[in-house]
Amino acid sequence: MTDIRVVRDDLLPPRTGERRHLISISDLTRDDIERLLATARSFARSLEREMKKLPTLRGRTVVNVFYESSTRTSSSFELAAKRLSADTMSIKAAGSAVDKGESLKDTALTLGAYDPDVIVIRHPQIGAAQLVVQTTRAHVVNAGDGKHQHPTQALLDLYTLQEEFGRLDALHVAIVGDVLHSRVARSLIQALALVDARVTVVGPPTLIPRGIEAMGCESTTEIDAIAAADVVYVLRMQRERMQEGANYVPSLREYTARWGVTPGRLREGQKVMHPGPMNRGVEIDPRVADAADALIETQVRAGLLTRMAVLYDLLTTGPVGVKAQTLHEVA
Amino acid sequence: MLVAKPAEPHNLVVRGARVLDPGEGIDGELDVRIDDGMISELGSRLDTNAHRIVDGDGLVLAPAFVDPHVHLRTPGREDEETIASGTKAAAAGGFCAILAMPNTDPIVDSSAVLGSLIETARLEAEVPVGFLAAISKGQSGAELTEMVELAEGGAAGFSDDGMPVTAPGLMRRALQYGAAAGRPLAVHCEEPTLSRGGQMHEGAVSAELGLTGYPSVAESVMVERDLALAAYEQRPLHVLHVSARESVDAVRAAQAAGVGATAEVTPHHLCLTDEAVRSLDSNLKMNPPLRSADDRGALVEALRDGTIQAIATDHAPHARHEKEVPFEAAPFGVTGLETAFAALWTHLVEPGLIRLETLLERMSSGPAAIYGLRVPRIAPGEPANLVLLDLRSSRRIEERGFRSRSANSWLLGERLTGNVRLTVAAGRVVHES
Repeated sequence: MTDIRVVRDDLLPPRTGERRHLISISDLTRDDIERLLATARSFARSLEREMKKLPTLRGRTVVNVFYESSTRTSSSFELAAKRLSADTMSIKAAGSAVDKGESLKDTALTLGAYDPDVIVIRHPQIGAAQLVVQTTRAHVVNAGDGKHQHPTQALLDLYTLQEEFGRLDALHVAIVGDVLHSRVARSLIQALALVDARVTVVGPPTLIPRGIEAMGCESTTEIDAIAAADVVYVLRMQRERMQEGANYVPSLREYTARWGVTPGRLREGQKVMHPGPMNRGVEIDPRVADAADALIETQVRAGLLTRMAVLYDLLTTGPVGVKAQTLHEVA
Repeated sequence: MLVAKPAEPHNLVVRGARVLDPGEGIDGELDVRIDDGMISELGSRLDTNAHRIVDGDGLVLAPAFVDPHVHLRTPGREDEETIASGTKAAAAGGFCAILAMPNTDPIVDSSAVLGSLIETARLEAEVPVGFLAAISKGQSGAELTEMVELAEGGAAGFSDDGMPVTAPGLMRRALQYGAAAGRPLAVHCEEPTLSRGGQMHEGAVSAELGLTGYPSVAESVMVERDLALAAYEQRPLHVLHVSARESVDAVRAAQAAGVGATAEVTPHHLCLTDEAVRSLDSNLKMNPPLRSADDRGALVEALRDGTIQAIATDHAPHARHEKEVPFEAAPFGVTGLETAFAALWTHLVEPGLIRLETLLERMSSGPAAIYGLRVPRIAPGEPANLVLLDLRSSRRIEERGFRSRSANSWLLGERLTGNVRLTVAAGRVVHES
């Protein structure tokens, strides 16, 4: 079988020496995003073939390390690596040395000793992916670190929007819910700002972080504002992140009554997205979740393609624009 | 109140340095002779009395520094710092006196713990060190310590540093009863229900990074409360490590109203803002957190106009393995003794934000006066407490080369100008490079 290659005229030549990572959307340029989406589209065509496996990353090793439970992200990274013929290894915190109190640094050193090409990491604490960058020689992909970033989710969301609307430019997206605790929201706001889409975040005053507008979005507490958007992006109500007694919302009942996304609050034909897993009946009405206008399953399919594109891009093409991390800049 | 290991005083002549003592009004090229640890003469071409001669050509000789706020981690975490290593670090930083905070394990809340620390310091302290005792037993904010006995046992002051005195009633009692102890009260101002879970300053950067915000108001409401209590009780009060503009405003207003309020600020709050936290480097995580550029501007202004009298490093050593974790899991605190002058010279004086004279005062006489310590002065008859500074040479800050047992410096990898060439503390040369 001949090597099916993704060919694009503007594909940059392979770069050696500089180790690239995908930690945050803020490390990417608009060009990076467009290249990644184009690569994902090429993979969509290749996956329509009977023989779905591409030999592109044969001999490469991708290690997935998940310190938090995940269905979509871990399965799609694993499948993405397999579709590209890479060897994969998936480690979950439960049942590993992590249970015996091993530090993240030691786990990373251990995995790094196998010389993996890519380490995909999900961790409940902000800064975990950065620590793996400092500890290993692998390319690092952040699959979610605490409330900070989930860049591949944002990329798959852009892919979904692009497929649905044929453009990203000037698209208006309302992000509804618990923005404060959402890494998905942070990555998505940055990604949408990069492609000149318009973003309005909507939610209870306690769950909209102070200063969020500096990321290039508008904010409101009025749920009626979602009607003006092309797409309503519903965030999960992150109950497990709610500190006890923090009083972000008095009750889930009141949250649902005031900010739940119901058919009555949507325009006819308005598209709805959700990163999953959903709390049906809390942030999203089951009728909305099951409606034809929901793009939720499309998002899951896009996840596979986008993660293939990220792995491919890190290992074979130009930079997934991560700048060399400077220690810090003195103001 | 300050103790060090006993040692022979030195004889020395520092020749031809620019002698700069703003308090004494001295600024000129002079020789300084030290006989038996005491400054005996200032002048040109002094008789050397066959003493050792240190060439001060091109260097600045100033009163040595006083650090009113360090953590020596002893007792309990001698792997992070000991009195010996911490005072060696102080000597390397140009300090002739330091004050250690009582949040150790066990906490310095009884004369037994205080007494054993003072004993240890007599055996191993390279530069004179004083110890603060806790305001409340176990720093739990419930019951006052035996402040009078602790003061008689040599406590340099009282503080629950690391923890706020949450209950206003107990804070009031500490101010009232503290009068009988006669030692300064120093407060860590943090309203815990506002700072809970806080990882960094609350603002646009925390919104973007997703780190839980620790808002300025969590500090300033406590500064305002404590100063209101101090005003009511007509007692002086020292505010530790101010970080927010609103806190500075509260201190300034209290001073204008006649309250004996003093304040200190750290080198990192004077040099950095919350923008630095974008790197997610755990050596940029401290309590209080790095704040906005506006706050930083207010701190520099307050240092300049004297609202803030003292620079305090809040030197907080941490074991490497405890900082080599994701930002969110890392403990608060950074080291500072060995880099304070160079950081402030490079980031504040060289760019023209404050004058060298101001920096020298806020690092020496300012903190000494707050705690009633003898102010280092360059004058005949004074004990020799001197620092010889090289303002031209620079060095790269690296993990190797710290005298401290810990290397959690916010300056790793940075090149700084301004080196301490010689430190004389209590009449002895304690550091040379």
